[in-house]
Amino acid sequence: MTAAPATTTPGPFRTAGRALRSTVGGTLPVLVVLAVIVGIWYAAVAPMNIRLALDQAERSGATVVPETPIARQEVSVWRLMAQNPDLVPQSYAQDRPRLPTPGQVAGELWATTGEMALEGRAMSRRSLIFHAWVTLRSTFWGFLLGTTLGIAGAIAIVYSRVVNLSLMPWAIISQTIPIVALAPMIIVLSAQVGIEGRGVPKAIISAYLCYFPVLVGMVKGLRSPGTAQLDLLKTYSASSLQSFWKLRLPSSVPYLFASLKIGIAAALVGTIVGELPTGAIRGLGARILIGDQFGTPLAIWAALFAAAILAGVLVTLLDVAQRATLKRMGMGR
Amino acid sequence: MSWLAFALFFWAAAWATNAALANSPWRSTRPVRVIVPLLFGVTLLVLWEGLVRHFQVMPVILPPPSLVWDTLINSTETLWVDFQQTVLKGALTGYLIGTGAAFLTAILIDRSDFLTRGLLPIGNFVAALPIVGIAPILVSWFGFDWQSKAAVVVVMVFFPMLVNTVSGLRQTEPMQRDLMHTYAASYSQSLFKLRLPAAMPFIFNGLKIATTLALIGAIVAEYFGSPTRGMGFRINTGVGSLSIDLVWAEIAVAALAGTLFYGGVAWIERRVTFWHPSHRN
Repeated sequence: MTAAPATTTPGPFRTAGRALRSTVGGTLPVLVVLAVIVGIWYAAVAPMNIRLALDQAERSGATVVPETPIARQEVSVWRLMAQNPDLVPQSYAQDRPRLPTPGQVAGELWATTGEMALEGRAMSRRSLIFHAWVTLRSTFWGFLLGTTLGIAGAIAIVYSRVVNLSLMPWAIISQTIPIVALAPMIIVLSAQVGIEGRGVPKAIISAYLCYFPVLVGMVKGLRSPGTAQLDLLKTYSASSLQSFWKLRLPSSVPYLFASLKIGIAAALVGTIVGELPTGAIRGLGARILIGDQFGTPLAIWAALFAAAILAGVLVTLLDVAQRATLKRMGMGR
Repeated sequence: MSWLAFALFFWAAAWATNAALANSPWRSTRPVRVIVPLLFGVTLLVLWEGLVRHFQVMPVILPPPSLVWDTLINSTETLWVDFQQTVLKGALTGYLIGTGAAFLTAILIDRSDFLTRGLLPIGNFVAALPIVGIAPILVSWFGFDWQSKAAVVVVMVFFPMLVNTVSGLRQTEPMQRDLMHTYAASYSQSLFKLRLPAAMPFIFNGLKIATTLALIGAIVAEYFGSPTRGMGFRINTGVGSLSIDLVWAEIAVAALAGTLFYGGVAWIERRVTFWHPSHRN
């Protein structure tokens, strides 16, 4: 789904700096851009929270320039900040901010993960490690199911003309259907069939999002051997099973890993989507939902970042597996 | 007549027809390419109908397609109001703003090699994140009406579109760029005559991914608060009040809207990138 990052072909005069750039230049721009993003974020906190901060200050008896909240509604946030300069720092220390500072989010994240782990309560219900584990488990099952379906579907599509003609269009259409619309129904149905808990429906939703990139990637991969290679195997009088195991499957491995990386990210999105609208009480999506219902924005932000970290870790793990496998197979760069 | 026997018979007959068609000499003609998947889809519906009727599944659990169709016909007014709220106002507005902003940002950052190399990895990473989770925050910022749904859609489509456009703008080869240089082409000339056309397959890839994300975002955001209309709202309340046939009708509309939205973008793509190898026959 996402395109592979394009490789720029450097002109001859550029190649000299390439070795340096690949080590230093690779991370420096990213760090600079990240720093700019964090800076903009910090700057945005004051205007986002100033009304909250002024309301709070007014309740605790401080003098605020337009005195009532209704009068303040008429004034822009920029004027409020200019008129109450000594109250601006308070927008950075709200308990329930409209926009928390990166520091607050990091603090909340640490308080619900590392700190609880140090106290030996990593699997407590208030710990994000516990919720991340619940999400990870469903993601894993969904990923397994989706990958199996995707690979099986790809093999069927490559080997059977009927399946290719009848299934491929529906596979594409299935991805244009917004799965969230189906999510509550999947949960109702699986409850009727007698499946307890939300693990299975969540895994089904995540498999639904995950199978497609694997299917498309594997169809491409299994068809990637050229005619010359297939003909060579024919001259060896190889059976179709042999040509599958010895040619088609090995040559599809790079495609497989590329689509697995997209697939695992999609599976995580699927699990969280499965947790969001369905009243789940465990999992990162459920933390977001509960944070919304109880009006604790910090919990939402912490859960969001935990999900992002989880996605990053999963994709990185697959990337490492990809490099190791391709190197063993002699296809590594 | 037994519904089960009929459904199974229909399945077998449809499969035999499809197999015959797919292995016939006309297999690569257009009618066959349309009929085979269509027959497959109809088979699924017949199987669904047959199984539900044979096992007498309660309509509050799984209504048969015929009942869903009846509901669809009888409540077009409700469905149209929901469609306007979710698809036209929420998803489409957000889609246009989000992809437009990403496109312009991509062209701006493309001028700086440093920014491109800084933003591309971040964009790639963010595009893989479960951004839907941001929905409750944006709903609390922008209120319950469609503006917050559009905001969720903007955030969701921005990064996939940005990453694809930036990759697309780097698709030209040095030889082609050198040629433009020897023509003394200005930046805008080489942008409009060489690099944007070359980027079109990537741009449309981003636009197509964004269609699906837009509908998902608009529907999820409604679960976190919406006025008393909208597809997500109706699905959520429909599950609660056991009007499951209406929920399935909404799902059918959502599926149709998603498919048409995607199909529309794909149609435009074929008109714009007719020169690309993947569209040549």
